[in-house]
Amino acid sequence: MTADELKGLEVATEVDARGTACPGPLLDAKRAIADCPAGGVMSVLSSDEGTIIDITRWCKKMKHEYLGDFEDDGFWRIFLRKTA
Amino acid sequence: MSDKNLNMEEQIQKLQERVEELEENAPNDNLCLGVMDGDYDKTMAAFIIALGAVAYDMEVDMFFTFWGLSALRDPKKKAKKDFLGKMFGAMLPKKASKLPLSKMQMLGMGPPMIQAVMKMHNAKSLDELIKEAGEFGVRIHVCTMAMDVMGMKKEEMIDYPHIDYVGVGAFVGMFQEAKQCWFM
Repeated sequence: MTADELKGLEVATEVDARGTACPGPLLDAKRAIADCPAGGVMSVLSSDEGTIIDITRWCKKMKHEYLGDFEDDGFWRIFLRKTA
Repeated sequence: MSDKNLNMEEQIQKLQERVEELEENAPNDNLCLGVMDGDYDKTMAAFIIALGAVAYDMEVDMFFTFWGLSALRDPKKKAKKDFLGKMFGAMLPKKASKLPLSKMQMLGMGPPMIQAVMKMHNAKSLDELIKEAGEFGVRIHVCTMAMDVMGMKKEEMIDYPHIDYVGVGAFVGMFQEAKQCWFM
């Protein structure tokens, strides 16, 4: 999805993992996904660029749908849809 | 015709038995880590990998032996020891944050420097990683033989929610059930 499409999404759960280093953002995502309703969109904010590929691979394995990411002001917004 | 049917049934029966046997012996989605080194950086890497694995819903078993044990000592706790045990206790690092680095030790200046740099970059300290591992159910298994050799006692180990004391048999059992086993 493009940045504009991602911006238009209704986010059910937002995880602010900015300022934490690996493995912080991935663990924060893992914690928060439990609170995200099935079918809902979760966004992860991370200042660590490595989180993008971490979450992409994690989604593939955990069967969540990776929606995309875009760079904001010095950090990244990463979006996924919880499938189950 | 009936003979052929019987044959088919027998074959299915045999196949079912084999599938059941294979399923029983198939490894779980577990990660098994052997931690022997006792260096701050390598022990930290072990915990970061362990935490990455729990994010993937894997179960993680960490087996600590020899120099690795120093990471699990709590300096606030005291235990009765014989002479050799006291000697070992005095010479080995007293807690995780006192572990040496595998590189750039620089006569003891390295560890506080790298810990300060890590803090600057918001990387979690080894203490914080151990605490988080406890919250996520990472199991720590301590080698009793290494404890005996180095005179370490259960009473001086950190408060960790999933800790037990085992031998190599338990470790082998763990890595047979795991898909991955690393020894560092």
